[in-house]
Amino acid sequence: MARLSTVNLCKSFGGLSAVLDFSMEIGDGELIGLIGPNGAGKTTVFNLITGVYRPDSGSIIFNGQNITGKKPYYICKQGIARTFQNIRLFNGLSVIDNLKISFHKDVPYQLVSAILRLPSFYRGESWIEERAIQYLEIMNLADKREELASSLPYGEQRRLEIARALATNPSLLILDEPAAGMNPLETQELTNLIRKLKDNFNLTILLIEHDMALVMELCERIYVLDYGRAIAQGTPEEIRNNPRVIEAYLGEEVG
Amino acid sequence: MYEFFQQMLNGVSLGSIYALIALGYTMVYGIINLINFAHGDIMMVGAYVGFFSIAILGVGVVPAMVFAMLACALLGVVIEKLAYKPLRNSTRIAALITAIGVSLFLEYATIWLLTPQQRSFPIGTFPEKNYYFFDQQLVLTNKDLFVLVAAVALMVLLQYIVKHTRIGKSMRAVSQDMEAAMLMGINVDKTISYTFAIGSALAAAAGVMVGVYYNTIDPLMGIIPGLKAFVAAVIGGIGIIPGAMMGGFVMGILEALVSGYGSSLYRDAVAFAVLILILLFKPTGIFGKDTGEKV
Amino acid sequence: MVTKKLNWTHLTISTVTLAVIFTVFQYLIARQLIDVYYQINLFMLGINIILAVSLNLINGFTGQLSLGHAGFMSVGAYTAAVMTTKLGYSFAIGIGAGCLAAALMGLLIGIPTLRLKGDYLAIATLGFGEIVRVVFLNIEYVGGASGLIGIPQLTTWTWLFVSVVVTVVVIQNIVNSSYGRACISVRENEVAAELMGVNTTKYKVLAFTVGALFAGLAGGLYAHYFFIIQPGTFGFFRSFDILVMVVLGGLGSTTGAIVAAAFLTVLSAGLQSFPEVRMVLYSVVLIITMIYRPQGLMGNKELSFRTFQRIRGDKNGPVVNREPV
Repeated sequence: MARLSTVNLCKSFGGLSAVLDFSMEIGDGELIGLIGPNGAGKTTVFNLITGVYRPDSGSIIFNGQNITGKKPYYICKQGIARTFQNIRLFNGLSVIDNLKISFHKDVPYQLVSAILRLPSFYRGESWIEERAIQYLEIMNLADKREELASSLPYGEQRRLEIARALATNPSLLILDEPAAGMNPLETQELTNLIRKLKDNFNLTILLIEHDMALVMELCERIYVLDYGRAIAQGTPEEIRNNPRVIEAYLGEEVG
Repeated sequence: MYEFFQQMLNGVSLGSIYALIALGYTMVYGIINLINFAHGDIMMVGAYVGFFSIAILGVGVVPAMVFAMLACALLGVVIEKLAYKPLRNSTRIAALITAIGVSLFLEYATIWLLTPQQRSFPIGTFPEKNYYFFDQQLVLTNKDLFVLVAAVALMVLLQYIVKHTRIGKSMRAVSQDMEAAMLMGINVDKTISYTFAIGSALAAAAGVMVGVYYNTIDPLMGIIPGLKAFVAAVIGGIGIIPGAMMGGFVMGILEALVSGYGSSLYRDAVAFAVLILILLFKPTGIFGKDTGEKV
Repeated sequence: MVTKKLNWTHLTISTVTLAVIFTVFQYLIARQLIDVYYQINLFMLGINIILAVSLNLINGFTGQLSLGHAGFMSVGAYTAAVMTTKLGYSFAIGIGAGCLAAALMGLLIGIPTLRLKGDYLAIATLGFGEIVRVVFLNIEYVGGASGLIGIPQLTTWTWLFVSVVVTVVVIQNIVNSSYGRACISVRENEVAAELMGVNTTKYKVLAFTVGALFAGLAGGLYAHYFFIIQPGTFGFFRSFDILVMVVLGGLGSTTGAIVAAAFLTVLSAGLQSFPEVRMVLYSVVLIITMIYRPQGLMGNKELSFRTFQRIRGDKNGPVVNREPV
């Protein structure tokens, strides 16, 4: 069964089509890349899937459930988590508090218990804190738990964002240009990390990336967007040799 | 029937005052995304400058208006430089709180310096004349006429400045995209200063008009017209100049009708009710376009 | 293994400190050792703390700029006063009804207006406050412009003290819980919060409702201390006063709000004969704070036992360093 499928998604802004008739199918456990020139509508697709934008037409089916037009927090609860192209952390909060927010959707105590400080509050907070530390350890951020998110170096901010997304316990993880601004060494580490996460957490992953080396090495299948339309899809090998893709990327290096 | 036309007439002249104030709100918002809360109070300062010009210097209404416009243009520029410019890159909430601070500062500094008492324009400043139509069913005063003519003249002048002068072009460019305008060699600071100067001058003119129209001025006179003009700017779509003019007339007519047919006690509440309804159903105003936040 | 549990030491110290403060003032008031002037300011201080701490939940922690807090206060004040003065209910029922009415108003206003962002929300809440004022002005049953008079003075020191403590404890307990973190995440980055599974609208409405409830409490206490309430008492300027306390103390710092409320209450008592000077000073302080320290004097830091331990233990270290772990 497909983990996620989008059917004929359309979205336009002020008469300008950002995404046009976009259909995609992602199987369980796949690692899919979404590429295309700047302004092709890749991030808009992510925003449609995660509920930030409501599609003009078309539908989005996740785990057999129609999530078209649902609110982002609802979609998150169904098991889709994402990161952002321009990092969006809770900058004024500590690293661990950034993670704790991800557990709020499963908060194990009522507001009243919090106000009255009932035992369930202390149990719940312990549970949240333990889980948060687990995720920080996986992402090698445990020793920074009390630092402000905004004070972390760039690479660690990216990792924190991924940790925060993972902490919502998704079955589909969506990464928007995870390697942006990283040097080749960091990119290689990231590639390994993504692989590790996919296996350890049983994830299906969809990512946008401009770093073709990463995309070609990591992704099992690739969708190519140009001017809001899907112009090709296939294995990295097929995409590398597709004339339409080369044309869309004319002037840009492929592979 | 005549009653209705009479209210419409009152509404239009009141509306032209709101429109002038609304223009300042909309221009400043268009250019630096700030609700200049102090704008109504700049109008009040304008009214006081006009008052003192007439009462002490003994000039006529039109020169008084010019003095008020010049003084407030300067005041607007100074306020921007001292209070708003340091906050240009901070959060919008910080800027808004500052604007509220500036507003209260102007109000209470005026009370402190000039006492809270009401002042009346000297008798004979504007000898009243009434023109009657339709068997005395419809009255048009020369005050209405003066306010309407002066307001429309200033709006035409503003349109000319915005559309056909260098500074107007810079203003439009900065409101589209401040960074791009800067990169194209436009002096953004200067453009913002001009915007404040022009907006404040229009408010000052409105202040003198309010003085002439109601004959009394006081340090807190700017609050309610300021808020209503803000509502007018929102109705027209904040940041859009013709929208502000339209919004001003809509507010004026609405207010005249509410006080004519309903309770004048509720007329201020109606303005806010309209505001909240507009914000809920068409927050970009009648002329505005929807632009979502980029994620 | 992490275990979060109640810190008995801190709880004991807090309880003892509060009990001492309460008893001392109770004794002074009962023996009439502080004159009426100081008593009025003491009560005003308590009411201001309730207002500032509750507005801070909305403005400081959740990041939604509300300029209508006095509107909620007036709903609470009028409801409580009508219950006791006109309908003959007990004070406790009156206060309870005032809180509920204000909270209900917060909920009703909150659900539609909280779709608005930033300055639009600020203006809408300001408009709400003005509408409430004009409506009370036009209701003859509650005295119209001359106000509701003859309200019995039922707000005792015990009532006030308990109300302040309950307000602070409830709001602190919300803020330091998963629900509070959800509110703070809205302030920090609304889009990210929503995408991490936080129903942002729900938490904005929660903050608004709880904040309004305590503003209603403050209103009820106010009405039953000063004998009379008028629509003009709850105008924009009152909202502004509360806002200055929150902004000065630090957006998102409860202790900051308390300190600022205390400081400004004393200051305005001192400047009582010069109201214009007070307002000029307030506005200048506000502008300067925004320019040089827009997060407020304490930012989102709290004064705490930890802070004092730090001062004692590490004289060279920064005084207010980081939130307690």
